[in-house]
Parts: sequence; structure tokens; C-alpha cells
Amino acid sequence: MQDLSISIVYIVYAMGLLLTFGAILTWVERKQGAIMADRIGANRAYLRIPFTQVKLIWLGLFHGMADGLKLLLKEDFKPVAYDELAYSLGVWAAFVPVMLVFAVIPFGGTLDPGRLFPGLAGWFAGRTYAMQIAPIDAGLLIVFAFSGISIIGAMLAGWSSNNKFSLLGALRAGSQLISYELVMGLTVLGLILIFGSVNLMTIVQRQSGTVLGFLPAWGVFYQPLAAILFLTAAVAEGKRIPFDLPEAESELISGYFTEYSAMKQGMFMLGEFIEIAIIAALFVTLFLGGYNLPWMSDAGFALPGGHVVAMSHGAVVVTQIVTFLVKIFLLCSFQILVRWTLPRFRWDQLLGFAWKFLLPVSVFNLVVTAVAVWALA
Amino acid sequence: MSSRKTYVRPKYWNEPEMGWYEKAYLFEVVRGLAITGGVFLRNMAKWMTGRKGALTSYYPEETRPDYAIHNRGKHVLTQRPDGRPQCVACNMCATVCPAQVIEIDAAFDPDDPTHPKYPSRFEIDYSRCVFCGLCVEACPEDAIRMVKETPDFPGPDRDHMWAAKEELLNWQPAKDVAKPYPVPGATPTGGGQ
Repeated sequence: MQDLSISIVYIVYAMGLLLTFGAILTWVERKQGAIMADRIGANRAYLRIPFTQVKLIWLGLFHGMADGLKLLLKEDFKPVAYDELAYSLGVWAAFVPVMLVFAVIPFGGTLDPGRLFPGLAGWFAGRTYAMQIAPIDAGLLIVFAFSGISIIGAMLAGWSSNNKFSLLGALRAGSQLISYELVMGLTVLGLILIFGSVNLMTIVQRQSGTVLGFLPAWGVFYQPLAAILFLTAAVAEGKRIPFDLPEAESELISGYFTEYSAMKQGMFMLGEFIEIAIIAALFVTLFLGGYNLPWMSDAGFALPGGHVVAMSHGAVVVTQIVTFLVKIFLLCSFQILVRWTLPRFRWDQLLGFAWKFLLPVSVFNLVVTAVAVWALA
Repeated sequence: MSSRKTYVRPKYWNEPEMGWYEKAYLFEVVRGLAITGGVFLRNMAKWMTGRKGALTSYYPEETRPDYAIHNRGKHVLTQRPDGRPQCVACNMCATVCPAQVIEIDAAFDPDDPTHPKYPSRFEIDYSRCVFCGLCVEACPEDAIRMVKETPDFPGPDRDHMWAAKEELLNWQPAKDVAKPYPVPGATPTGGGQ
């Protein structure tokens, strides 16, 4: 019963977090792109307080709401000839796995509900919970399994739409995602060798503390090359510019979801924005120490020079959650920076980049890491 | 023996020569990200400190100060010294208008024997106006002119984009070489010139 209630709280938190990120990122993408281009950005949608003339604009934050409303109210247009089952499954097969990846990502340290809420101490009887929905040993493998399923979503959507643009987009999505997933896996292998686990909680816990006395023991300092390669491959997994060949609108209208309209199309878009947040969360977990801040432990800060700042359990939990969110947000912002900076690859360049550049470099990185780990062990 | 020649791509005089540094792609990517990120941070710092970090202006809340003097932004009707419109409702502007946006109702004014015909209604539909200035060319009385300001008409539908006679008669120039103008606020003297 206690476990179940904690799990429900975690799941509600994760769902709320992801959907909020999906909604907020549409706004961030618009506004950040505008500011990068010396523009102002969308700022006309407003909420009027009833019976007054007060219009709340809030920097255009309500444009996302207006978009969502439009997508909900639009006609759900369907092509005449299509595979009905695959057509309706495609949306969910692309959307759901993206959300499920978050189940294995730790978004905080250890939670002791008894200490947080003294009134419940008797009920919880000293149980502690890792702040992670599914504490599975095979965490990283689950991440790759689910990102594999989202390929099926794109393929189903493209195939069942009975449209040549959709089919071309689906084929591109399939080959691109498979190529870049390989690179993603190979870059992470080096990290697994160093941390000795595929459990994401263990990986994050190994990243607390410092190396050489001053650097935080984050994966990015052990594996800088792998971090760059992983981020590149992950952006390609998210089908974002400069790797947005599956939905290149100048060539393929909108690729594999050309024939989807109204909220189905909105689900694809929302799934894509959530995937930005998921990629950021994954990168933060693997390479930026997850919820860890430098010199911070479950008891508080232990700064170099012997200063110790003790913190209560509640303060530690809040700090860890906020740290994780801030890191995710910065990474999302970086991905949007990339999206507004780099032009799209050509199709042969895209695959050549994966197989001729990223793959050999990641294998090289893996070999060097393996030799270094063997020599130091 | 084949008569087909293999295609040789021509060399251009400004063929881009990429060294290993450019071909490695990563360094140039980082340089590009630094440029756009720098612009972002600069503009963001401006917004955060209360300055404007964009080149675009909020139309219509903000008017641009840098319209050219001869910009043909909106129409005005000139006035006689007594404040009545110079217009004699001859309909020449409405006839020449290529977008057919000018609507004039003529009326008879027995108090003004020199100019008995005057427009009781003079409206311009700015949702269709193409700002060509032909009405100004056609006017025999110098009654309609164009000034550099823009009409303040952005609205939810086309019906709100009409300018009525009162609005067009609002023009109060500081001085005009063509004719004397009344002091703003002075009472109309009535009668003709």
C-alpha cells in the first residue's frame, strides 16, 4: 500500500512534468528562436479576465494553449485508403514509448517519506524510496528498447497513410533511427565500463563526489568525446534539425505524419517536444550527474576546505529535484539553440555522418576506454 | 567503343576550398553555435535589463520613427480656412481609384454659394486600398493628399478598416505652402473666401 501510493505520486509527477515540458517547450522554441534572430516572437494570444478588459499576454505563453485548442477543434481528416488499424496505432506507438522512457530515469535521490512528513512516519515505518518510478537493474537497456519501439511508430504511420511522402519519410526515419541508435549504444558502452552498471540510479550515484579534488565526478569529465557523440546521436534520434530528414518539410511536406491531422498530428508534435525533454533527461543522467550538485550529498554540502552546510531531508529532496529540472531545461535550451543554428543535412551526408564518422569515432572511444579501465583496474 | 563521355564537374573560379578544419565539421558547428548563442545572450541581457532586444517593432502599438518623408501612408482631406473640406464631391478620385475603395455622397450647401456641393460622406476602405496615390493625382481641388503616417486600423475584421470623413479631416499641419490654414481651435467664420 505504501509502495503503491509512492509510485502513484511519482507517476503523476512524471506525467505532469513531461506534458508540462512538452507544452512549455513549444513556447521556448518560438521565443528562443525569435530572440536569437533579433525578433520579438509570438505575443498576440491572450486570456481576457471575464467581465474586465484586462488581457493577460504573459510574453505569449498562451499561444501553446491556442494551438492545442485549434488542434482539438480541427476536423480529423483521414485519407480515403489506409490501413485503419496501423493508422491509429501509429500515433500511439510513436507517442507512448517516449513517455515510458522516463520511468527508469531517476529524478532525485532517496526519499524518506517518514522524515518528510512526520505524521506519516508510523505508516511508512522507516521505508525509503529511490526517486525513480521503476528501479530496474536493466535501466539503460529499457531506454534503448523503448526508443526502438518509437521507430515502429514512425514506420506504421508512414506505411498506413497510403501516401508516397509518408512512405519516404517512414523509410528515412527507419534507416536514420537505426543508424543513430547504434552510435548511441556504442557511446554509452564506455560509460557502462567506467561505472560498471546499467542501472541508471547506480550510474547517477557513482557521479556524486569529485575527481582530482576539484572536478565533479560527472560522466562528461570521464568521457567528453562520448558526451558529444551521444548528444549528436540523441538529437538525431529525436528527429530534430539538423537531422530532421524524416519530416523535411521542403521535400516531404511533413514526412511520415503528412496524412495525420488535428490532434493526431498534435500528438506527433507533442511527442517530439517531449522527446527533447527525454533526451535532455537522459544526457543529464548519464553525463551531467543527474540530480547531483558538486560537493553535495544526502546530508548537505561538504565544500572543499572543510565547510559543511547541513540540510534537512526536505531541503535536500527539493534541491535535488530542482537541480535535475534546471539541468534538463538548460539541455533543452541547448537543443533548441542547435535547431535554430544548423542547416539540414543532405540524405547521403546524414547516413555517411553516422556510419563513416560517428561510428568509427565511438568505437575508437570505446577501445580507448576499455584499455584505460583495464590498465587502471 | 562508347561515345559517352564521363561527366566532369566544372571548376569555378570561387570554388570553396575546405581544409581539414572545415571538413571536420565539429569545429565549425561549435563556431556557429557560439555566434547564435552570443546573439541570444546579448538580446536576452537587453530584455532582462528592460531594453529592447529586437529589431522589429510592435505594430501597431509602436510607430516607427523612421518613415520616409514622402511615404504615402494614409489619406487626409485638406480644409478651407473656415474648416470646411476643400472637397467638392466631384467623384474624380473615386472614379480613378483602381481598388475602388473611395465612397462619396455629395450634398448641397445653400449657405456657401461659391462651393455649394460638398461631401456629406467621404469614406475610404483601407482593407482594400493599394496606396497608389492616383486619387491625389486626380483631384482638381488639391482636396485629398497623402501623409507619411499610417492609419491606425489593425482590427478583427474588415468593417473596422474604414476611415470616415471626420477622421480624414483631422489633419492639422503646422504650415502649408499651398494655402493658409486656420489656427486649431478657432471658430469657423462661415461663408466663402
